[in-house]
Amino acid sequence: MNADAKRIPAPVGLLAELTHRCPLGCPYCSNPPALEPRSDELDTAIWKDVFSQAAALGVLHAHLSGGEPAARRDLVEIVAHCAKVGLYTNLITSGVGLTEALVNALAEAGLDHAQLSIQDSEAGSADRIAGYEGAFARKQSAAAWIARAGLPLTVNAVIHRANVQRAGKMVELAVALGARRVEVAHTQYYGWAMINRAALMPTAAQAETAIAEVEALRKTYAGVIVIDHVIPDYHARYPKACMGGWGKRGLNVTPSGKALPCHAAETIPGLEFWNVRERSLEDIWFNSPAFNAFRGTDWMREPCRSCDRQTIDYGGCRCQALALAGDAREADPVCHLSPHHGKVADVAAEASSEIPEYAYRRMKLFEPAQ
Amino acid sequence: MNEPIREAAPSKPRLPRGVRLKHDETRGEWLLLAPERVVKADAIAVAILQRCDGEATFDAIVDDLAATFSADRARVEADVRALLDDLAAKRMVDL
Repeated sequence: MNADAKRIPAPVGLLAELTHRCPLGCPYCSNPPALEPRSDELDTAIWKDVFSQAAALGVLHAHLSGGEPAARRDLVEIVAHCAKVGLYTNLITSGVGLTEALVNALAEAGLDHAQLSIQDSEAGSADRIAGYEGAFARKQSAAAWIARAGLPLTVNAVIHRANVQRAGKMVELAVALGARRVEVAHTQYYGWAMINRAALMPTAAQAETAIAEVEALRKTYAGVIVIDHVIPDYHARYPKACMGGWGKRGLNVTPSGKALPCHAAETIPGLEFWNVRERSLEDIWFNSPAFNAFRGTDWMREPCRSCDRQTIDYGGCRCQALALAGDAREADPVCHLSPHHGKVADVAAEASSEIPEYAYRRMKLFEPAQ
Repeated sequence: MNEPIREAAPSKPRLPRGVRLKHDETRGEWLLLAPERVVKADAIAVAILQRCDGEATFDAIVDDLAATFSADRARVEADVRALLDDLAAKRMVDL
């Protein structure tokens, strides 16, 4: 075991971005604007080795994500391997690209849980948001196949300007689809969502109404569906502990094998990421410069350095600090103690102007949107 | 107990698919794994959850625990109900 193992806890979750290929074009996608091409993707053998290493390192949850993970022809083989090494295996899917036969094969291979995204509770709007005609109908089929295969289902709903009025309806849809859990997450502005911020940001009043609506449904559906609610932090006094603390609970591996402390970490200049092709996962977790850059509290400046909340919120989100305060070492400006706190209000107030067209997520940025 | 039993048919609690009780070698402890959730399970919770196989009734589980640990049955029943109600509300146990 590594000498640092006593100080640094083992990771709990591994988010494996198996591919960046995806049939949908959601304008809030958390993947980076420069998507990794198929030719750079890790092969089956390397992914299997990564999952074996992850299990040995103490990872409990393997999240198979993308892009659309079903775009990988070896998905069943990867799931079977995760199950074999004892990982709790979660498929995060758009549903488009799944077939009933594939869902059954995944269930048989030992998949523990499936997470299905929905874009809206109304088909027309949902398909427009996804940039894919017929996506809504295909997701309904996918949910039915998942239920029939006996797999537990979580529905993921990302909330933004085009669907904010139907946040409660999306929870109801999740219940109707047989989900045991629903994640209602207000858009976080990184990656493609940053590019599309003006089109996605709801007004503060819209966001507040949606939040109250979803909170009220907790009681209505107690014991039926678990609601995980990710609400915007612009109006909070203190920031959230992003990722539960940098390099503390989880890691991401990109399609080409880069290990990241969070999915947006590549937006931070000067961080050195190690690749699973060249280093062991254990070496990366304990020793890579990117994971150690914001681990613990030594890196902090004021007001975090002398703050008694420093091990509660870990200074908040590094990417938000970079985006709004101009430096990833600053306190997350959501914190009212940050000298840049005023910029958060400026962003939140941006919402009421005209709504531009989406820049749909595509492999090549300058491809015309469909 | 002062709470009436709510189920008409005898309850046969079980961990649904997607919820797993696992002994974690790295951390040296028992954990209950669910979607995006990791809950530490203490020795009492482990003893209860290992008996929630979808075959044994609630009453049989309580009887078995009371006999195995030579404990007061009413107290065991209260413990089992508290744990299972809590986990059922989180959809981590089916009653």
